[in-house]
Amino acid sequence: MGRVLLLQGNQAVVEGAIAAGVRFYGGYPITPSTEIAEGMAKRLPEVGGKFMQTEDELAGIGTVIGASMGGVKAMTATSGPGFSLKQEMIGLACSAEIPCVIVNVQRVGPATGQPTSPAQGDVMQARWGTHGDHWLIAVSPSSVPECFDLTRRAVALSETYRCPVILLMDEIVGHMRERIELPDSYEHLPVVKRKAPSVPPEEYMAYADTDGSKVPAMAAFGSGYRWHVSGLVHDETGFPKGTPAATKNSQDRLREKLAKNEEDIVKAERYRADDADVVVVAYGGAARTAYDAVDLARGAGIRAGLFRPITIWPFAERAIGELTQKAKCLLVHELNCGQYVREVERAVKGRVPVRLYAKYDNEPATPEQLLAEIRKAAEGIKEGRQ
Amino acid sequence: MRQNFRFSGTGGQGLITAGIILAEAALLDGRLAVQSQSYGPEARGGSSKAEVILSDAPIHYGRVTHPDTLLVMSQEAADKFSGDCDASSLIITDSLFVSDVRAKGARRIDLPITHTAREACGKPLFANIVALGAVVALTRCVTTEALERAVLQRVPKGTEEANRKALAAGYALAEKYEKRAA
Repeated sequence: MGRVLLLQGNQAVVEGAIAAGVRFYGGYPITPSTEIAEGMAKRLPEVGGKFMQTEDELAGIGTVIGASMGGVKAMTATSGPGFSLKQEMIGLACSAEIPCVIVNVQRVGPATGQPTSPAQGDVMQARWGTHGDHWLIAVSPSSVPECFDLTRRAVALSETYRCPVILLMDEIVGHMRERIELPDSYEHLPVVKRKAPSVPPEEYMAYADTDGSKVPAMAAFGSGYRWHVSGLVHDETGFPKGTPAATKNSQDRLREKLAKNEEDIVKAERYRADDADVVVVAYGGAARTAYDAVDLARGAGIRAGLFRPITIWPFAERAIGELTQKAKCLLVHELNCGQYVREVERAVKGRVPVRLYAKYDNEPATPEQLLAEIRKAAEGIKEGRQ
Repeated sequence: MRQNFRFSGTGGQGLITAGIILAEAALLDGRLAVQSQSYGPEARGGSSKAEVILSDAPIHYGRVTHPDTLLVMSQEAADKFSGDCDASSLIITDSLFVSDVRAKGARRIDLPITHTAREACGKPLFANIVALGAVVALTRCVTTEALERAVLQRVPKGTEEANRKALAAGYALAEKYEKRAA
């Protein structure tokens, strides 16, 4: 039996986190993500978890990393200004391979921007916000039910691959309320457990790839296993080692643990895209406009479709490349001046034209506005053929 | 069938709550609903709007571009949020606060919503529920059973009776109007 509820995306994130076994939240509230902190503060004590409102966003991610090292699934949530503050320690979580989920409900930026208005200006920051070469995962939900599912998935991915996972939302999906059916109890839902050491404490090497998966087993602090956590380049013991070989080994393993598993990590939805001439590429809240625009275009005799990256990082390079076998034009729609479009262009390699419909005026595009862009793309294809 | 509602007024009038209740009532009726809102950074004051789309088919784009029903509870909201109405729209105003509406041929109904809330429930605080009663009576967009359940599961404990009264007052306002119009 389930419960039918009208929930905000932010509230569905809270339920997804509880269902995934998140038992620690540390953070500082900020619009338009505040309902996540509010919800976690209410729900965590009910399931034996801990909520901590910290003095700022830096301490928020710090407590999350600490909790995770203690063996607890941990999450924080913020918006653009706080996401900027968290970047340094997101890098630490990448380097020290500490599983954690960071939710960013995007608003208009830069700086304080527009707290209550939607934008997708942090899509590149989600990938490259912290310094140095690094590898992490970012996923982006488009509906309230997907907020529940993707939060669970974000937790599972972070635990499986021992890396930070960014749940990149936007104000549209975070604040919108829609129907969601939740199970009465989350007990039967599968929960991912991080890999525990299979050797006794004296033989444990914190960063040894013992099973060829490139993901080392992780011992909880306080469990009798001792290991050294450092943001300095380290070898398999966890202690700093800056030789060229150690540096390269470390970077290779951190990259390959995700690159080798892209089949598992990178997901996308295709909507009416199989025979489409014009394929709209849109993610998160912007994709909601795209479903309707595609339907309107189909009604007007234009073969349009939607490719919606659900995992936005790593980039769906192969799937986007494959779109060009059928599609005659890709139309990227995003709520910024044009960020993800460059990745799409890189994957398409000039095989078909890539157009951009950038919207950055505090409002999502209406289906009619996007339809007008699809029409232009379709006309462009016709002219190209003549 | 898809029905687009926009409830607008001043922050603090409870219009976002009214939007949530309407969407929850539609779910109780077994339909689909999406509710969205826009508001400024202020906790009170500033214009506020809630939008609700009810449908039997999946709803993707969650904002209203053409309201079938527009509720306006402040003059500022009437100026700001009535521009995309046309002859097929129904505009319901709170006559205490709204005098001019750019109606473009829309059907306009002026109701003493806040005044009635004060008379029937003792407080203008219940104006959102009175308005909801009137909107539902005029549009029949959800069943009154679902509406009452949705109101009662959303309002604070101890206020159930006053909210029931507010709903009834809203229905009565609409009925009185329809009788007069007939």
